[in-house]
Amino acid sequence: MATINFKEAIRKYTMAIALVIVIIIFSVTTNGTILLSQNINNLLSQNAYVFVLGTGMLLCILTGGNIDLSVGSVVAFVGGIGAVLMQRGTNAFVAAIVMIIAGGLVGAWQAFWVAYVNVPPFIATLAGMYAFRGLANVVLQGYAVSISNKTFLNVFGGGADCYVPDFFGGSGLNITCMAFGIIAVLVYLFIQIRGRVSAVRKGYSVKSAGGFYAQSVIISVVILFLSYKLAGYKGIPSSLLWIVGVILLYFFITTRTKIGRYLYAVGGNEKATQLSGINTKRVYFFAYTNMGILTGLASILTVARAASAQPTYGNMYEMDAIGACFIGGASAYGGTGSVFGTIIGALLLGVINQGMSIMGVDANYQKVVKGLVLLAAVIFDVLSKREKK
Amino acid sequence: MGNILLEMKNITKEFPGVKALDNVNLTVEQGEIHALVGENGAGKSTLMNVLSGIYPFGTYTGDIVYKGEVCQFQKIKDSEEKGIVIIHQELALVPYMSIGENMFIGNEQLGRFGIDWDKTYAEADKYLKMVGLEESSRTLIKDISVGKQQLVEIAKALAKHAKLLILDEPTSSLNETDSKALLDMLLRFKQDGLTTIIISHKLNEVSYVADKITVIRDGSTIETLDNQTDEISEDRIIKGMVGRELTDRFPKRPGVQIGDVAMEVKNWTVYHPQYEDKKVVDNVSINIRKGEVVGIAGLMGAGRTELAMSIFGHAYGTNISGELYLNGEKVELRTIKEAIEHKVAYVTEDRKGNGLVLSNPIKINTTLANLSSICSKHVIDKDKEYQVAEEYRDKLKTKCPTVEQNVGNLSGGNQQKVLLAKWMFANPDVLILDEPTRGIDVGAKYEIYCIINDLVAAGKSVVMISSELPEVLGMSDRIYVMNEGKMVGEMSGAEASQEKIMAAILRS
Repeated sequence: MATINFKEAIRKYTMAIALVIVIIIFSVTTNGTILLSQNINNLLSQNAYVFVLGTGMLLCILTGGNIDLSVGSVVAFVGGIGAVLMQRGTNAFVAAIVMIIAGGLVGAWQAFWVAYVNVPPFIATLAGMYAFRGLANVVLQGYAVSISNKTFLNVFGGGADCYVPDFFGGSGLNITCMAFGIIAVLVYLFIQIRGRVSAVRKGYSVKSAGGFYAQSVIISVVILFLSYKLAGYKGIPSSLLWIVGVILLYFFITTRTKIGRYLYAVGGNEKATQLSGINTKRVYFFAYTNMGILTGLASILTVARAASAQPTYGNMYEMDAIGACFIGGASAYGGTGSVFGTIIGALLLGVINQGMSIMGVDANYQKVVKGLVLLAAVIFDVLSKREKK
Repeated sequence: MGNILLEMKNITKEFPGVKALDNVNLTVEQGEIHALVGENGAGKSTLMNVLSGIYPFGTYTGDIVYKGEVCQFQKIKDSEEKGIVIIHQELALVPYMSIGENMFIGNEQLGRFGIDWDKTYAEADKYLKMVGLEESSRTLIKDISVGKQQLVEIAKALAKHAKLLILDEPTSSLNETDSKALLDMLLRFKQDGLTTIIISHKLNEVSYVADKITVIRDGSTIETLDNQTDEISEDRIIKGMVGRELTDRFPKRPGVQIGDVAMEVKNWTVYHPQYEDKKVVDNVSINIRKGEVVGIAGLMGAGRTELAMSIFGHAYGTNISGELYLNGEKVELRTIKEAIEHKVAYVTEDRKGNGLVLSNPIKINTTLANLSSICSKHVIDKDKEYQVAEEYRDKLKTKCPTVEQNVGNLSGGNQQKVLLAKWMFANPDVLILDEPTRGIDVGAKYEIYCIINDLVAAGKSVVMISSELPEVLGMSDRIYVMNEGKMVGEMSGAEASQEKIMAAILRS
C-alpha cells in the first residue's frame, strides 16, 4: 500500500498553510480583532460572491486556462433585472429564479460563441463585459434601485435579519448554529471513515493513518471553530448556506461526475479527449453556461447584501474570481485545479483584505499587496513544479 | 582517423533520487560516425545533454575533453562555439517562420542596420543545397514535411559551423526512403570530415551508418563495438542493450483461429479537410477477420492514418464516401462516439499529442474512453475506476508506483501501455493500432507484441499500421500496402517480404 508522504502533503496544502500563517500574523497585528465573531461573519458574507464566482471560474479555467471577463458586468445586469422586478412587486423567489435564468441565458449566449463558433473566450467575454455593463445601465436607467423585499434579503444574506433563526432561542451562544456545526462534523467523519474502511477492505491504496487522522481532526476543528465563532454573533448567515451548497455541489461535480472529468481532460489534452469520443464543444458550452448560472447566484447575493442594485456593481469581480482560482493552484494552462484550492484562494484574498482594513492600511496599498500575493502564489506553483522535474 | 576528437571520462550525473549516468566513458574519433544505442531511459540523451551544456558544468562529475582540452560548458552557446551542435528528437522549429529565419535564430546575420535579410536567405540557401533540400529558404516551416524539417535542422547545425554533430533519433518520424537519404547524407558529410554522434533505436540504420557503436544500459557504458573489426549483427547489439539474448523479436501466435470477416470497408474515399478537392484516401477496400492481425504498410503520407481515422467515426477528412460493414452489417459511423459504441477503436500514433492526458493520472486516462461503464447515472464509481486501472496495470505489466501516477511521468513504453489499456477497456472488437511501437525500446516492443497476440487470441481483430517493415512482417497474418492514398498491394504474411512490399509501392 502506497502512502502519501509528508513532503507531498505540505506541497499539496501549501496555500492552506499560508492561509493559517496569514491569519496568525493578522491576529497578532490586530490584537485578535480579526478573530472576533463579527469579523469572521463579515469575512464570509462579504466574500460570498468570490466563492460562488470563483467556483464557476474554476470550471472555465480547467478547460484550458480560459477565463470569463464578463462576470462583473453580468452581476450588475442580472442584479438590475432582479431589483427592477421586485420594485414592481414581484415575489422574491420568482425574482431570484428569473435572475438565475437570466444569468444562465447570458452564459449560454457567450458559451455558444466560445464552444460552437470558436471565438476565443477572452474576446467573447470581453465583448460581454462591455455589453452587459451597458445593459445594466439600461435596465436600471442609470439609477440605484433599492431592494426592500424582506424575504429576499433574509434568504440571500442582506439586512439585519439574514441569519438562520435560532430555534432554541438560547441567550448568548446561538444553539442552532452550534448544532449545525456538530452535525456537519459528524456527517463529515462518517463519510470519511466509511470511505476509508471500504477502501481498506477492497485493498486499495489509502493515505497513511497519520495523514488521515490529521486531516479529519483539522477539518473537524475548523468546522467547530467556525460554528462557535458564528454562534457568538448572530448565528449562521444565510449567505453561508448558499456558499456551502455551491461548494459541496461543485466539489461533487468536479470529482465524481463525467462532466467534471471531461473538464479536466479537455484542459489537459483536447485532441485526446475528442478522440476518446467525447463532445468537447459540449464541455466548453457547459463550463460557460454554468459560469452564467453561478453569476446569477452571485448577483443575487451581491444585491441582497447591498439591499440595492446599481449599474456600477460587480466591478472587478471577475478578477477576484480569477485570482482566487490561480492562488488556489489552478493551472493557467488548464487541466489542474480544485474547488478546495479555489476556496482557500478566496479566503486568503478575503483575509488579507480584511486584515489590512482593520489595521487601517491605505486601500491603494491593499491592492498592491493583493497583486503581490497573486504573483507569489503563481511563482511558487511554477517553482514547485520545476523542482519535481 | 585515429585522432581522438572527444573523450568523456567518468561522467556521473544524478537527478534527485536517480543516478542517470554512472561513470560513463565515451571516446569519439575525428571523422567517424559514432552510434549510441540503448533502451529508453538508459541515459543516452542525458549524456548528450551533458556534452552540449544543457546540464551545465558542475551539475555532473567527470571530464569532457574536446580537441585535447578540458571543457566546462555553462550553456548551449558555449558548446556551439566549439562546434558541438545537438539536434533533438523533437524538432525545435517555429512553424510560422520561414526556413531561413529558423536557421539563423540566435545566430542572426547582422548588417549595418539590423538583420540583413538578403544575406540571411542567401546563406540559408547555400546550406540547404548542402543537405540537398530543394526548397526556397523563404518557405514557411509549417508548409514542409517532417522529413524536410529534419533536413532544415541539419542545415541549421551546419550554419553554426558544426564540427561535431549530435543527432538524437533523427529518423524516428521519417519513412524509409527519407531515412535512407538522411543516413547517406551523413556518410557524405563524413567524407568531408564531419564527426557525428547518432542516437537511434533502429538497429539496421545503426549498423548501416556507424563506424563505432557504444551500448549504454542503465546509465553505464556496456561496450563499444567496432563496425569494421567486430562482427556486428542486430542480435549482437540487442544482446548488449537488454543484457540478454532476444531469440525471437516477435512472439509466436500459435493456434489462433481466424474467423469470419469482422470489418469490411468498400470503396472508401476521403478528401482533405482543408483542400477539399484533394483525395487523401482513394477508393480503398479492405477487410479484416476475427482473430487476425492485418498490417498496413506504406510510406509516410500514404494515407494510412487518414484511412484509419476516417473509419473511426469520421475523425479525419471531409466528403467521406464508401461503405462500412461490421460483422456483415452495413453501418454508418458519423461520430467517434458511434464508432466506440460499435466496438471500433483507434489507437493514435501520437500518444502525447492525441492520445493521453499527460497531466492526469493513469486511472483517469484508462477509463476516459469508456467512462459510462464505471458510472451509475453520470456519477463515477471511484472504487471501480481504481479496480479497472489496477486490472489493466497487471494485465499489461505497466511499470508505475501506483495508478495515481500522472501519465506524463511515465516512460514512452509505459505510456503506450496506458494508451492501449484505455482502448482495451473500451472493449472493441476491431482495434486499429497506428504505429503502436513508435519511439519505444526493444523490451517494451516485445511486450506490446504480446498484448496484440493476446487480443487476437481473444477473438479481436487488430489492424496494425506501421512504418517499420520488420514489425509489419513479423506480426501480420496479412498485409495491405498503401501508397499515395491508394491500396497498391495485398499479400499474406507468409509470402510477404521487405522487397515485395517496396516493389508494390514503387510499381504503383
